[in-house]
Amino acid sequence: MNIDLPAVPLPERDALSAPYWAALDAGRHVYQRCTACAHAWLPARGECPRCLSAHSRWETASGAARLISWVVYHTAFHPAFKERLPYTVAVVELREGPRLITNIIDSDPETLRIDQPLRLVIERESGVAVPRYAVAVPLVSAAVGDVRAVKAFR
Amino acid sequence: MRGKVVIAGIGHTAYGAHEGRSTVSMHAEAIRNALADAGVEKDSVDGLFVKFPTSRFEFMYGQKVAEAIGVQPRIGGVWDQGGAANIAMISFAAMAIEAGQCEIAVVTFADNPKTGSRAALAKPMSPDEVFGWFGAVGGYAMLARRHMEQWGTTADQLGAVAINARANAVANPRAQLRKPLTLDAYRDSRPIVAPLRRDDCCLVSDGGAAVVLMSAARARTLAVNAPIPILGFGQGQTSWNVEQRPDLTSTCAASAARTAFAMAGLEPADIDVAQLYDCFTIVPIVTLEDYGFCPPGRGGAFVADGGVGLDRPLPINTSGGLMSETGMPGMQLVIEGVRQMRGTAAVQVPGARTCVVSNQGGIMHTHSTLVLGEAQ
Repeated sequence: MNIDLPAVPLPERDALSAPYWAALDAGRHVYQRCTACAHAWLPARGECPRCLSAHSRWETASGAARLISWVVYHTAFHPAFKERLPYTVAVVELREGPRLITNIIDSDPETLRIDQPLRLVIERESGVAVPRYAVAVPLVSAAVGDVRAVKAFR
Repeated sequence: MRGKVVIAGIGHTAYGAHEGRSTVSMHAEAIRNALADAGVEKDSVDGLFVKFPTSRFEFMYGQKVAEAIGVQPRIGGVWDQGGAANIAMISFAAMAIEAGQCEIAVVTFADNPKTGSRAALAKPMSPDEVFGWFGAVGGYAMLARRHMEQWGTTADQLGAVAINARANAVANPRAQLRKPLTLDAYRDSRPIVAPLRRDDCCLVSDGGAAVVLMSAARARTLAVNAPIPILGFGQGQTSWNVEQRPDLTSTCAASAARTAFAMAGLEPADIDVAQLYDCFTIVPIVTLEDYGFCPPGRGGAFVADGGVGLDRPLPINTSGGLMSETGMPGMQLVIEGVRQMRGTAAVQVPGARTCVVSNQGGIMHTHSTLVLGEAQ
């Protein structure tokens, strides 16, 4: 590890988001669900953005998601990312509904497609667990069906 | 209130760099020029609407501008809508005039992100900086990618937006970039945040610009030269985080335009020329679709297939826009719209009698639409 490299900026935590980061640290990706209207969302907030109820609970995501859009950074807007160029940032939608900003890992961005199935990979950034996603690799027996599903989405 | 309020005067500083100069000083110059253009005495200004600057945080900024120009407004304030603020403020000022809250309003913009700080344009999108999610260009690239994948929009179609803007700027002596842009040069420009290249991004510029508004009746009394009637306006707004948008390829421009066209009693087919906010090339493409100038997904083809040239159905960005005239966030488009309606633009669309102007802010968070008519 090169100690001269500037650190990647880590997420700010507050009382609202602490359960989110604690769950990731324990290997679970969670989102909030309103106990009044059942709406599900991220990022953490005190009130349901649909019905404004102040009552919600944390639920564990399945890890299945789809790719809404992605970009490839060729310019570092923060020195910590200079050595990571080019890197991919994406909008991802969980099977359960909430959307988040994340990275797509282990993929050539040229091969990505919108609405492509993804799977959760929890990685550590300076010790902090963060949710990233990789292209879901279908079981061999299901591969043909998955490819068709992707085409149908497009 | 269609046509009841007019733009009576326009003014601006030089476009480009104003090193060491305060934004308040640029406001004062732009306002001085706009008042002279309208033939109005400063002391009659009783409304002052000021766009929030991005280069530094300001408090009671509207009062700093009021003090610098020596007026005590009856109504005014500072609007925080990013680039949508200029037309939004023109709308509020027009409503204030119609409601008897003021008689002569100045709407003004000044900023210096080129020689001052451009941090607002490259800021982290917290709490997601851990993923490297920084800067306005990243947000627009996210919208562009979805549009390209969903509708088949191509990089060359994005390039056509930049090439059209540059072609118009070549003939505009006020424009900052006047060397023609070729498709090959566009293709060779380096990627910033793919799919967007350097030439998909607008200029970053210093400068100020202002307009003077009053009732059409007052303009007649004062014998204002070529007052331009405001036929319609509208606004639309959406969520803060880009990923929370229900649809990345359509924006609140649609509701803004619906409101503005309904107020004007016009349809897209009635519009002779358009000044479309072009901070990134994807934006005019989406705006053309949301405004109803072409079907969803066809904006890229509309531009690339020549729908926006001077002799085409809808000439756009006749002064070069943010891409090539100056990077100022929106007021230069209003000023060009007024010049087109006066018949005094550097690249004049012959016989143009209606002009639509779009402003938008953030990453398509906010939108405002203005419809102008021919000089009265």
